[in-house]
Amino acid sequence: MAQFRDSSQESERAREREQEQELVGEARPVDQSLVSETDDILDEIDSILEENAEEYVRGFVQKGGQ
Amino acid sequence: MQRRIFGIETEFGIRFAPRGLGQLSPEEAARVLFRPVVAWGRSSNVFLNNGARLYLDVGSHPEYATAECASLTDLVRQDKAGERLFEDLAEQAEDHLALRGTEGRMHLFKNNVDSAGHSFGSHENYLLSRRAEFSRLVRFLVPFLVSRQLVVGAGRVHPAGCPTAEAMTLEGGSYSFSQRADYVWEAASAATTRSRPLINTRDEPHADASQYRRLHVIVGDSNMSETTLLARAGMTDVVLRMIEDRVRLPDLELKNPGMALRAISHDSSGRGAVELADGRSIGALDLQREFLASARAHLEKEGSPRPEMPYVMDLWERTLDAVESGDASGIDTEIDWAIKKKLLDGAIARGRTDFSDPKIAQLDLAYHDINQHRGLFYLLQRKGRARQWVQESEIRTATEQAPPTRAALRGGFVDAARRAGLDHTVDWVHLKVNQHPGLSHTCQDPFAAQDPAVEESIRQMLASAPSVPGSAMPPV
Repeated sequence: MAQFRDSSQESERAREREQEQELVGEARPVDQSLVSETDDILDEIDSILEENAEEYVRGFVQKGGQ
Repeated sequence: MQRRIFGIETEFGIRFAPRGLGQLSPEEAARVLFRPVVAWGRSSNVFLNNGARLYLDVGSHPEYATAECASLTDLVRQDKAGERLFEDLAEQAEDHLALRGTEGRMHLFKNNVDSAGHSFGSHENYLLSRRAEFSRLVRFLVPFLVSRQLVVGAGRVHPAGCPTAEAMTLEGGSYSFSQRADYVWEAASAATTRSRPLINTRDEPHADASQYRRLHVIVGDSNMSETTLLARAGMTDVVLRMIEDRVRLPDLELKNPGMALRAISHDSSGRGAVELADGRSIGALDLQREFLASARAHLEKEGSPRPEMPYVMDLWERTLDAVESGDASGIDTEIDWAIKKKLLDGAIARGRTDFSDPKIAQLDLAYHDINQHRGLFYLLQRKGRARQWVQESEIRTATEQAPPTRAALRGGFVDAARRAGLDHTVDWVHLKVNQHPGLSHTCQDPFAAQDPAVEESIRQMLASAPSVPGSAMPPV
């Protein structure tokens, strides 16, 4: 299954997402407690995961198993 | 049957990520990973002192099959022991490669799908009474297996464009209960890699075939969470008991189990209707509520010898309540899909992004990295956001010690033969020292942890062994 777009589509998509977020930024409330509770953990994760997110995911290709 | 043998076979995903140049294919990475195993056992398919089997499977997946476990908690210990053994091997592989100038990370993922949509499994084995009629078993078990993902699924992020999610009119990225559901197509058959069934019908009991059947369930997700794995095996155990005891169960045969599996996985409400064979339709939550109610009634009447059962039943009910109310706060340290989703929701809120973001897909995958320093499940466990069922010391012990079943005989035999320097051939039933027919045994009873003849052979081998201690495991 081709679940990942090629990079030009991906960056196009990212731009669209930014625009969408600017549009909805005010309207969508952010759960602040969830943000702060998870902030420390996410900071730690950023330091653990060295690799670029797309490479990390896309680089994981196997042959099928059972 | 009150008593039962449980076992889990886990196929791990493998990827070597070099710091610089030096990409390895999964096959090459697996070969490096198994170097110490081959040096130890002269084969990439070995039985260990803890009774388990470690091998390279179809598609170069490193695989660990737990020893026969008679208790649910032993199953959790043995399953986690497999992770620790492969974690050690992966660290050795990184060292080996670094010494040769290729630094990088050897990732082993305990999940069920890669980025190209190849799936690999977590196969459950349940020993059943031969008296349970197979067609009846399939008829009643399949609706349970199709819907239990609400409780024991490992959760999966789908980037935008996932065909199954789009078929469910979910646009953009999404999150499903199950990793495996998109790759299983029919109720029961002998196929394993094409047109995968929920239940593999291959009948190899590895025991007295007149008494037992081994049920091979291949629809499950690999679990990181100890409590989710406990629930998966415990819930399935009690449903099997009802089928074996010929309890009157509601007839919930599904019209199309494969389609229902996917529809349920991608419907976070648990309410979407799936069709039954008799033309009615029912939601996944209601399906599970039926099984939960029958299981409760059966346990109240018949009792259970398993100390874990009250917890399993409670977690089962709480998880259905969480799906129904849309509030997972009561289970989000105990159930894989909810533990992971809490992390992802936090990342989405902070990054003001959504499930189609590659960063979110990365967190999903990294949750399943078995390395305790960089795997996100283990990070969450250290923060108290993933409940432990067993102590780390128990898991370490389980890497070397077999559970009190036939596995203990096998483990003792393997250890003694190695210490004595004798060539041996072992499988789930047979223990054989090549060229010494007198030291060969057939163990048909998987519950029997003792056998005087096997123990005598072990004594003889140990008596002839040099006093240097043998290495229990692939050298770590």
